[in-house]
Amino acid sequence: METLLDRETLDREALRERAYAVARGVTDPEMPMLTLEDLGVLRRVDVAGAGEVVVAITPTYSGCPAMATMRDDLVHGLSDAGFDDVRVAVELSPAWSSDWITERGRRALAEAGLSAPGPAPRHDGPIALDLLPTRRAVSCPRCGSAAVDLTSEFGATACKALYRCTDCLEPFEHVKEI
Amino acid sequence: MTDATDPAHAPSHPAPDPNDAHGSIFDGLLGSDSSQWAFGTDFEDPLAGVDTTIPDGVDPGDLATYCLMLADDALIASHRLSEWCSRAPDLEEDIALANVSLDLLGQARLLLARAAAADPAAVPTLPEGSPVPPEDALAFFREAGEFRNVRMTEVANGDFAHTIARLLVLSCARLAVFQRLTTSRDTVLAAVAAKGVKELAYHRDYAGRWFLTLARGTEESRRRLVEALDALWPLYAELFATHPVERSVAEAGVGVDPAAVADEVAVVLEQVFAMSGVERPDRAPLAGVQGRTGRDGLHTEALSLLLAEMQVVARAHPSGRW
Repeated sequence: METLLDRETLDREALRERAYAVARGVTDPEMPMLTLEDLGVLRRVDVAGAGEVVVAITPTYSGCPAMATMRDDLVHGLSDAGFDDVRVAVELSPAWSSDWITERGRRALAEAGLSAPGPAPRHDGPIALDLLPTRRAVSCPRCGSAAVDLTSEFGATACKALYRCTDCLEPFEHVKEI
Repeated sequence: MTDATDPAHAPSHPAPDPNDAHGSIFDGLLGSDSSQWAFGTDFEDPLAGVDTTIPDGVDPGDLATYCLMLADDALIASHRLSEWCSRAPDLEEDIALANVSLDLLGQARLLLARAAAADPAAVPTLPEGSPVPPEDALAFFREAGEFRNVRMTEVANGDFAHTIARLLVLSCARLAVFQRLTTSRDTVLAAVAAKGVKELAYHRDYAGRWFLTLARGTEESRRRLVEALDALWPLYAELFATHPVERSVAEAGVGVDPAAVADEVAVVLEQVFAMSGVERPDRAPLAGVQGRTGRDGLHTEALSLLLAEMQVVARAHPSGRW
């Protein structure tokens, strides 16, 4: 059976797609090699009745200082593309996971010399205390060597750990599993 | 491998033009806006778009007070950790402690905003037209007697061993509470907790590893660690003492009774102590005044000194735009 969509619905869907195409191109202020879509913080783009564009984003960490900048970049990007009525909403739940970084995002990280996260730990049962350095299958994004040392679980931004390659001796950043 | 026609890879940050008649060469430092500086020129609602409806069967005043308790624990612990900036034993620890501090500050901000949304009467009144948002009014314009944090968060930092011992105890307790809080009937608390659990697991592992390292390091590092743990222990029992507000929100399925996590926290700490070869201290709890402790707004002198420093600039300019 043929589905009939009224003209208004079709227009709104076209508008939403156009707005989404703009929103997905906005990059993360701290890791500009990643778009907000590739980072997995862009949740949704909706068009409300009066043509208002509502973009939903989610913070990577509770204290992520980049949220306001992301919001402003989205508003600027969309208004440059002709959308005058834009609202950015925060969605806290479900909490962001590094598993949401797309395949293309992972390649972009590697091309920029950052190591992409492995699978995020599951937190649905009791969380075991880990008193040994976190073991990850990390290899050097520059030379590919698996001989790497963890320097610190905390880096220049909330989402990164610091590593050092013991073959090429270069330090590099690893996006943490969360 | 990027496609030039793919909008996802079009440049979205054009370089500022230094010759622009309306700009200056310094505009480039700010990017397209200044909201990343200090409070920002545009005050944000951290819960923008989040449903803050109060669940049935819970008193809004109790919910707000409970949020203040969880928020103040994080805010004061965060401030103490931030005091290590540029003073830590090495650059990596400086960065690590600042990261932990930032996570806690983020949790505090969301929880303060939740408190303000649950009971607007809890927010201090500021001069007409003040641009200070509710969560900042709660952080910077309450007196020590209105803070609801446990006293362990407020005592002075001491040395690095003291900070590690405190971070271990506090993150074990907060992680256990937050894990249970993920099923709160309050959707905001549940969401803040689900996010916080991931962060606190990192904090606890970090503190636990350093605890073990210091305990099994040199004679001096071990001596300092044992002394620090001993000095903190009189404030341990307060973490698990149930305040009437905590009982009320726990019974409503919104909050967590801290007494319910006491055994679990003791077991986790025992694991660290056993591996570290450190005895659990045997010290009597620090009494309150007529039974009142941190959760009632009864604090040590250390909190007043901390707040004096933390609040002085905001209080000097209650109508300031930053």
